[in-house]
Amino acid sequence: MDIELITNILYATIRTGTPLLLVALGEIICEKSGVLNLGQEGMMLLGAVAGFIAMYHSDSFLIGFGAAALTGVLISLAFAFIALHLNASQVAAGLALTILAAGLSAFIGADYEGKTVTALPALTIDGLAAIPVIGKALFAQDAIVYLSWVLVIVAYLFFKHHRAGLAVRAVGENPSVASNLGLPVMSIRYLAVMFGGALAGIAGAYLSLAYTPLWTENMTAGRGWIALALVVFASWRVERVMLGAYLFGFASIMHLVAQGLGLSVDGNLLAMMPYLATLAVLIILSRNPQKLRLFEPMSLAKPWHKGH
Amino acid sequence: MKKVMKKLALALSIGIGLNASLMSSSAIAAEDSVKVGFVYVSPTGEAGWTYTHDEARLYLEEKFGDKVETSFVESVAEGADAQRVITQMAKSGHDLIFTTSFGYMNPTIKVAKRFPKVKFEHATGYKRAKNVGTYFDRIYEARYLTGVIAGHMSKTDTIGYIGAFPIPEVVRGINAFTLGLQSVKPDAKVKVVWVNSWFDPGKEREAADSLIDQGADVITQHTDSPAPLQAAEAAGIYAIGYHSDMSEYGKTAHLTAAVHNWKAFYAKRVQQVLDGTWQSEDIWRGMDADMTQLAPLSSAIPDDVKAKIKALSAQIAEGKLHPFTGPLIDQQGKEVLAKGVVMDDNALRKMDYYLAGVEGKLK
Repeated sequence: MDIELITNILYATIRTGTPLLLVALGEIICEKSGVLNLGQEGMMLLGAVAGFIAMYHSDSFLIGFGAAALTGVLISLAFAFIALHLNASQVAAGLALTILAAGLSAFIGADYEGKTVTALPALTIDGLAAIPVIGKALFAQDAIVYLSWVLVIVAYLFFKHHRAGLAVRAVGENPSVASNLGLPVMSIRYLAVMFGGALAGIAGAYLSLAYTPLWTENMTAGRGWIALALVVFASWRVERVMLGAYLFGFASIMHLVAQGLGLSVDGNLLAMMPYLATLAVLIILSRNPQKLRLFEPMSLAKPWHKGH
Repeated sequence: MKKVMKKLALALSIGIGLNASLMSSSAIAAEDSVKVGFVYVSPTGEAGWTYTHDEARLYLEEKFGDKVETSFVESVAEGADAQRVITQMAKSGHDLIFTTSFGYMNPTIKVAKRFPKVKFEHATGYKRAKNVGTYFDRIYEARYLTGVIAGHMSKTDTIGYIGAFPIPEVVRGINAFTLGLQSVKPDAKVKVVWVNSWFDPGKEREAADSLIDQGADVITQHTDSPAPLQAAEAAGIYAIGYHSDMSEYGKTAHLTAAVHNWKAFYAKRVQQVLDGTWQSEDIWRGMDADMTQLAPLSSAIPDDVKAKIKALSAQIAEGKLHPFTGPLIDQQGKEVLAKGVVMDDNALRKMDYYLAGVEGKLK
């Protein structure tokens, strides 16, 4: 392997990991507030199609990604209403959301199937991008990649140092206690779900406007589900989710690169790695129930109503 | 009145089209109009496998006018769902049903048993029945030609090939491409990457990028999405599309594409149903029947290469040139076909090895 190949692999790892990072970051915040939204794949698809249609007609990336985020928020509100307001099972509501959104996105996008737009351009920082090996990966990416880094830092500081971050966690650990302390549990959960929706929408649009600038049915191909695994892999830690997203991206790239290099590694084995890693983390965490509780928000996916 | 005229016209056309001895028997079975159904595995879209079938469907409507009524169902999952859709089509009065994906094979055979009067055509399969025919085109002929083009256009002598699954159909295409490439540059290499999916734009994009990173300056694909074209366009290299013309996804990258053309074949089968002469057949034809084509060649290709491709196309169509003519050497250096021998269809259908010049391992 020469230097240039390693440079390109790092660059591709970041790009491949970015949609995973965005969705998983949204889901982590959602789950920290105690809400399990399994609708990520569906929200991504709706974001992808809405972003694509908006971009197709407006020719503006801002409008494209804005429409995607807005669509994600709207559909996540539907989920929040059913799961939080009506107190339906979060698992069932999330699955229903994915099934509904997959069909709805295909329906809305029928006239745009196979159409294409210009790709989101890279924002190369001259000079820095020329640094060997890491320059291209860190300083020749597009705006959404940079945005994802800003969001990771903000989310990290939010949970670590901000009172509001503590409030979200309190709501996720024990909503009744949080409510007695005067925290607006429902509002916090609604906001967390909406934030997750916006990020899933942007992640979907990243696929349809930047990564592979085209719309086609089911183009997310399971990335929303990978992101859900990623949250567990990261054991609900923001910094680990970033590491995990790029690790998943790296495994997915390497299984293709290894084939091209003619390495005698089984491609399927490499493709399995992220899932094996997730299983390993789950096993390590659940060996000790006490330990698992340290990581998983205690009231995750549990219905709650004020006064209960 | 209109109906009488239609019958008259039909009687006339049968009289002209067939000789007298056939006429009496087929006139009974001949039909006024035909209802043709299509089952698609993906949306019709703007390019790709299903798009080529739908183009041919529209051609039928245009050619036969009110003698043909067509309908289609898109995005039908292979398996049980397909059986439901095909049954529904057979029930609702379709005379001829094209099921256009390999995974529809068993559902088609099952439904055909229950509806012996309905005729079925299954693309890419091998199971036939009295009312089920199969068809496919010899896309490897076009693959060979695209290999020749890649040989003339590549500077790094490394070509990237994105494959869906290591099945004979795909392996045959890779080998044919390699033979075409090496007819120009004997030392050029084809790097193959399997994505284990027919359709995953993200994965295909990653595969294309990884091949480009490893020095490929022409990319081709046996997968369904135009993502590899977009990757080539972004990297400023060339790409060769598949299924249909993909030039809109990479205006400067797109050299040509290996293309299926079902128009003439579908028209022929519909005419046979109209005439009452349809029979189950195993059709595997290529450039000789115009079922396999090349998309228009890019202006980036020099004129002498264009002329060469034209001449080679004609030779393939006339049967003078067969891409798989010995001597053929496999990856391990073993001779798989002796000098001057043309590979038979049985060996072509079973191909499960790489020829010399392909990089990577096939399990």
